[in-house]
Amino acid sequence: MRFALRRFGFFLLTLWIALTINFLLPRLMPGNPALAMLSKFHGQLNPQAIKALDILFGVNTHTSLWQQYVNYLHKVFTGNFGTSLSFYPASVSSVIGGAIWWTVGLVGVATALAFVLGTGLGIVAAWRRGGRLDSVMPPVFVIASAIPYFWMAMVLVLIFGITLHWLPYIGGYNVASDTPSLSPSYLGDVLSHAVLPAAALLITTIGTWILTMRNAMITTLAEDYVRMARAKGLPSRRIMLDYAARNAILPNLTGFAMSLGFVVSGAILIEYVFNYPGVGYMLLQAVSGEDFPLMQALFLLITVAVLVAILIADIATAILDPRTRTAG
Amino acid sequence: MSMPISGVSTTTAGPSGPAGQPPTAGGPAGRPSPTATRALARMAHAVRSNRKAATGAVLLLIFILVALFPGLIAHDSPTADAYAPRLGLSTAHLLGTTAYGQDMFAQVIWGTRSVLIIAFVAGLATTGIAVLVGVAAAYLGGLWDGSLNLVTDVLLVIPLFPLLIIIAAYLHGGSTIVLILVITVTSWSYTARQLRSQALSLRNRDFLAAARVRGERQLYIIVVEVIPTMTSLLVACFLTNALYAVLFASSLQFIGLGDPNTVGWGTMLYWAQNNAALQTGQPMWAIAPGACIALLGAAFALLNYAFDEIGNPALRPVRRTRGKRAD
Repeated sequence: MRFALRRFGFFLLTLWIALTINFLLPRLMPGNPALAMLSKFHGQLNPQAIKALDILFGVNTHTSLWQQYVNYLHKVFTGNFGTSLSFYPASVSSVIGGAIWWTVGLVGVATALAFVLGTGLGIVAAWRRGGRLDSVMPPVFVIASAIPYFWMAMVLVLIFGITLHWLPYIGGYNVASDTPSLSPSYLGDVLSHAVLPAAALLITTIGTWILTMRNAMITTLAEDYVRMARAKGLPSRRIMLDYAARNAILPNLTGFAMSLGFVVSGAILIEYVFNYPGVGYMLLQAVSGEDFPLMQALFLLITVAVLVAILIADIATAILDPRTRTAG
Repeated sequence: MSMPISGVSTTTAGPSGPAGQPPTAGGPAGRPSPTATRALARMAHAVRSNRKAATGAVLLLIFILVALFPGLIAHDSPTADAYAPRLGLSTAHLLGTTAYGQDMFAQVIWGTRSVLIIAFVAGLATTGIAVLVGVAAAYLGGLWDGSLNLVTDVLLVIPLFPLLIIIAAYLHGGSTIVLILVITVTSWSYTARQLRSQALSLRNRDFLAAARVRGERQLYIIVVEVIPTMTSLLVACFLTNALYAVLFASSLQFIGLGDPNTVGWGTMLYWAQNNAALQTGQPMWAIAPGACIALLGAAFALLNYAFDEIGNPALRPVRRTRGKRAD
């Protein structure tokens, strides 16, 4: 319990720091980027939208920094991120609401697959230490870890999209022929559009899972209780899964939480290559359109999502492994 | 790109705790303090005897030579749009020309320099900050340790790439120097934590106690006694940081947040994407620079992994399987 509270405290602290970074960045940057943005969109915005931007970015205001900060926090906690400039006059929250489920689906499915496959391969590799899988895999994935996400995505587009014409590679569904509904043809279309981006994300993230699982498993296999299980003559399958893998999987979970930031950055770049209508592509659109309100809100959203996932992984580890509770 | 390239050792060190707990770093912590020169000699030996390390070293050497003497290899100017656009592969233009009529081979060759500058400068600077923060936290202890460790932990969990994106966006994209600065300021936390945990494990060792008894000053102990002991981990940290610097910088350039006029691999990819190179039958425009990033990254990653194997014997490939009981 104390452990969970400490992790929650750290979560709140990190959240506050992320909020503050978000608040301070546009104010500290040289040349006041927000002011430049406002003058660019001048005449297209109604006074209310301008007022909201004043609060979020601190342009044209004569209030103290502290007062600006209080106003900003109030806006954020009431979910009011102002008006999107590139999707004007839609509010930032509604624009994000339309994109978030694409990303949740894509990253969720790819990550779940990467977890199951990667952990499984890691278990087998460590169990058959020195076997074919174990000797081929680490170097392959060490090299794969150096491949830029977006380049992997481009290679997949080139091979399976452009050369072989097997799969679509633009957008989340066929905008010309399909309208979002629950019809089988639309859902099938969404699935086929998700295959290549999900594959790109899977290929670039699975190495982490395999390597951490293999290494954790190797350590666990040297433990006395594994030797004990062998001495008792338990079936090797049971030793592998119930004795070794079960304990080795926990560091893997923590390791995953730590590398989530990388999964997210991968998703951003992969969505960009595929013009996938999720939050990552939207973030880059906001960047190129200088839509700072949308950009600010998306950064917060992504950060909060990662922080929550880390918190969940921490607490799950603590529940599953009593040793961490005292050590933490 | 994945975190545990050098973190491999951190997860092997037993059931490592939750995010807030220092993982035990690999490296020679368990051996009597080897001096910096001995650690370096061991690495040189590793490069000769370990196939992964040798591959990485040769790759890196090739890239360094190309970056030093690009003019000897590619005679064309990388920026002049002197040729017909969209030429295919030929002996005159090994990789063809861009939609603007620039020689792509020349762009790849000349682009090596800026990428390597980013890798080495950002890699060294990031490692420098990581040493300062990590070793100071471990050695000074108390309130220093608490606060420095907290900053490290916070930076560790905030997703870096989105943070880099918004900083670069407010700056309206950046020159190579700006990219290096932004990357250095944000991405030292992972290696700082590794260095801290190794420095922690050294803190109570006899040779440091001896130095304290001799009455040496703290600065002297940290610089002369502690840091040389960690040479191999420092090299590993540099390799990790250099790899991330290359990947981060190229990604930022790719999405248009670098200076589009510099000659670099990420910039090439940006122009390729903007001109729909894949769709218009010019795949080399995107494939060649991306492959170079992957190769350079692989050089860093392979060296790093090999040093990790040396520091952590448990990870070394075993020649012999464990016989019948496995399976």
